[in-house]
Amino acid sequence: MINDLILRVVTKWLSPIIILFALYVQFHGDYSPGGGFQAGVIFSTAILLYALTYGLDAALKVIPETALRVAASFGVLLYGGVGVVSMLLGGNFLNYSVLADTPLAGQHIGIIVIELGVGITVAAVMILLFFTFSRRVDPE
Amino acid sequence: MNEQLTILLVVVPLMIAPITALFKSHTISWILTAIVSLTSLILSFIILFDVIDGSHVIYELGGWRPPWGIEYKIDSLNAFIALIVSAIACLSTIFAWQSVPKEINENNYGLFYAALQLCLLGLLGIALTGDIFNLFVFLEISSLSSYALISMGRSRKALTAAFSYLILGTIGATFFLIGVGFLYAASGSLNIADIATRFSTFADMQLVMTGFIFILLGLGLKAAIFPMHSWLPNAYGHAPSVVSIFLSATATKVSIYVLIRVLFDLYPVAYWQALLLPQILLVLGCVGVIYGSFRAWQQVELKRLLAFSSVAQIGYIIIGISLLNNDGITASVMHLFNHALIKATLFMGAGIILYRTNTTKLSELRGFGGSMPWTFAAIVLAGLSLIGVPGTVGFVTKWYLLSGAIAQGKWIVVVAILAGSVLAIAYVWKIVEAMYFNSKRKMVIQNVKIGDINLAKAPFSLSLALWIGAAGCLYFGLYTELPYQSAQSIATALLSSEVAP
Repeated sequence: MINDLILRVVTKWLSPIIILFALYVQFHGDYSPGGGFQAGVIFSTAILLYALTYGLDAALKVIPETALRVAASFGVLLYGGVGVVSMLLGGNFLNYSVLADTPLAGQHIGIIVIELGVGITVAAVMILLFFTFSRRVDPE
Repeated sequence: MNEQLTILLVVVPLMIAPITALFKSHTISWILTAIVSLTSLILSFIILFDVIDGSHVIYELGGWRPPWGIEYKIDSLNAFIALIVSAIACLSTIFAWQSVPKEINENNYGLFYAALQLCLLGLLGIALTGDIFNLFVFLEISSLSSYALISMGRSRKALTAAFSYLILGTIGATFFLIGVGFLYAASGSLNIADIATRFSTFADMQLVMTGFIFILLGLGLKAAIFPMHSWLPNAYGHAPSVVSIFLSATATKVSIYVLIRVLFDLYPVAYWQALLLPQILLVLGCVGVIYGSFRAWQQVELKRLLAFSSVAQIGYIIIGISLLNNDGITASVMHLFNHALIKATLFMGAGIILYRTNTTKLSELRGFGGSMPWTFAAIVLAGLSLIGVPGTVGFVTKWYLLSGAIAQGKWIVVVAILAGSVLAIAYVWKIVEAMYFNSKRKMVIQNVKIGDINLAKAPFSLSLALWIGAAGCLYFGLYTELPYQSAQSIATALLSSEVAP
């Protein structure tokens, strides 16, 4: 598909929009439908589209596999980290109310950060799954 | 005691597993896993001693009050299961130090240990949570990581074994989830204690019974209760040694724990007595004991033999539950602990044999006992516990089981237990005969690189783990205070809230 002009141009134009939409779903998730999981999947489709059009090697240049592995772990750590921080601040695990001065602000910060963690992990794992299945050679 | 310690049991593996996944070095990943399992062991000990007198520790996740929020309500049963899981995790970690480099692809060390920690996390989570949906989530965490762990076995058969376990395990989890969904539709709550207290208000609904049957079937698949055990022998037979040790000793036990919770704390006992469930469980348990022992006796490969014997041992636990009296429940709960210990020891023995000879076929191990006297001594010791020879842990549980059955006048159970024990003698004898009595022939050692000195003697860490297990089999057979007191306190707690049968 690398020589198809229409696909190449459309992909080039569409990918940033998909990523932007993913970020919208991610960070507007506490007011409207959405959240980390959906945003992560939408984000990964942008990379998938790019990989389908320009080939796997080009996609790996955009996001190397090592970065994806680190991101997948980092998301979980971010999620758990919020819980640990709230424990250190004197609340129960994942009690966001203690994260800021008022419980309302604390809940807000907490949900945004853990959803970000979910989003990062889901996006990274989705892309990793695609790379793993499309490669068909031994990893690294 | 500080309540925050309870959640640390789940948080520590949750935080360390993703870090472990990033490392490729075996030493670092192993040290991180050792830290996780040791911390969990210490924490579970602290918690168990805190609740053994029948009190509760309650932890509200995120500061949300139950029944809206997720609540961890820990009584002696929860703490006891957490202790079993983390103790076996410690043993497996010791065993892993020298066994994993030999069995796992060197690119996957970090991922392997991360999956092991996640599996531990899931099992500990199941043991702690008091929320039925949260329990399902932890069930899935532990199952998904165990599929991955089993598929890392050396032979290609591990892949098909893992796949069939994946299919059946997913069906089991789905059934459980459907059941939970029906129950939620009827009760509007996911908190186990909350559902139990308001049970009479929706007990007549058909949904509740349908949900119950779905939950029961799902858990039966997960726990490998007799007619739903077909995934177990392949999965445990082909998994890497460390995974066989860890899963055989914990995964089915934790599912049985969930079954006990559902039967005694979620649904009232009178409700499922009316469904004739005790009788059904009793029959399944008895048939499972005899069938499992018989199939174990037929096997020609050590790990599969042990796996089938697990099916039989699960039968004993189910019999104990179905007796519905104090001795029966005590025997079941103690057998969760005792069987975990015995089976872990036996699988460690099989792991050492595999490590040195690259085979666990009994015919290829003929007369090998003289070459590895200490390893086989430990295997025989654990085998005796499996039979239930006095002085070993197996005897203690069978004694209580028999006295529970006799108290109820259920002589069929007595016959089944004795027949199971005779068959156990037969299949343990099969190992002993192959090891000690068959004429020694030239040993077949496969796939060994030139200059490989591993074969010379059993590596220290493997023997250490094996002998800790074997010593445990003896020690807890002679000094039964810790498991007995916990089991007694659990049985009283489970039966107290219900009408006597």
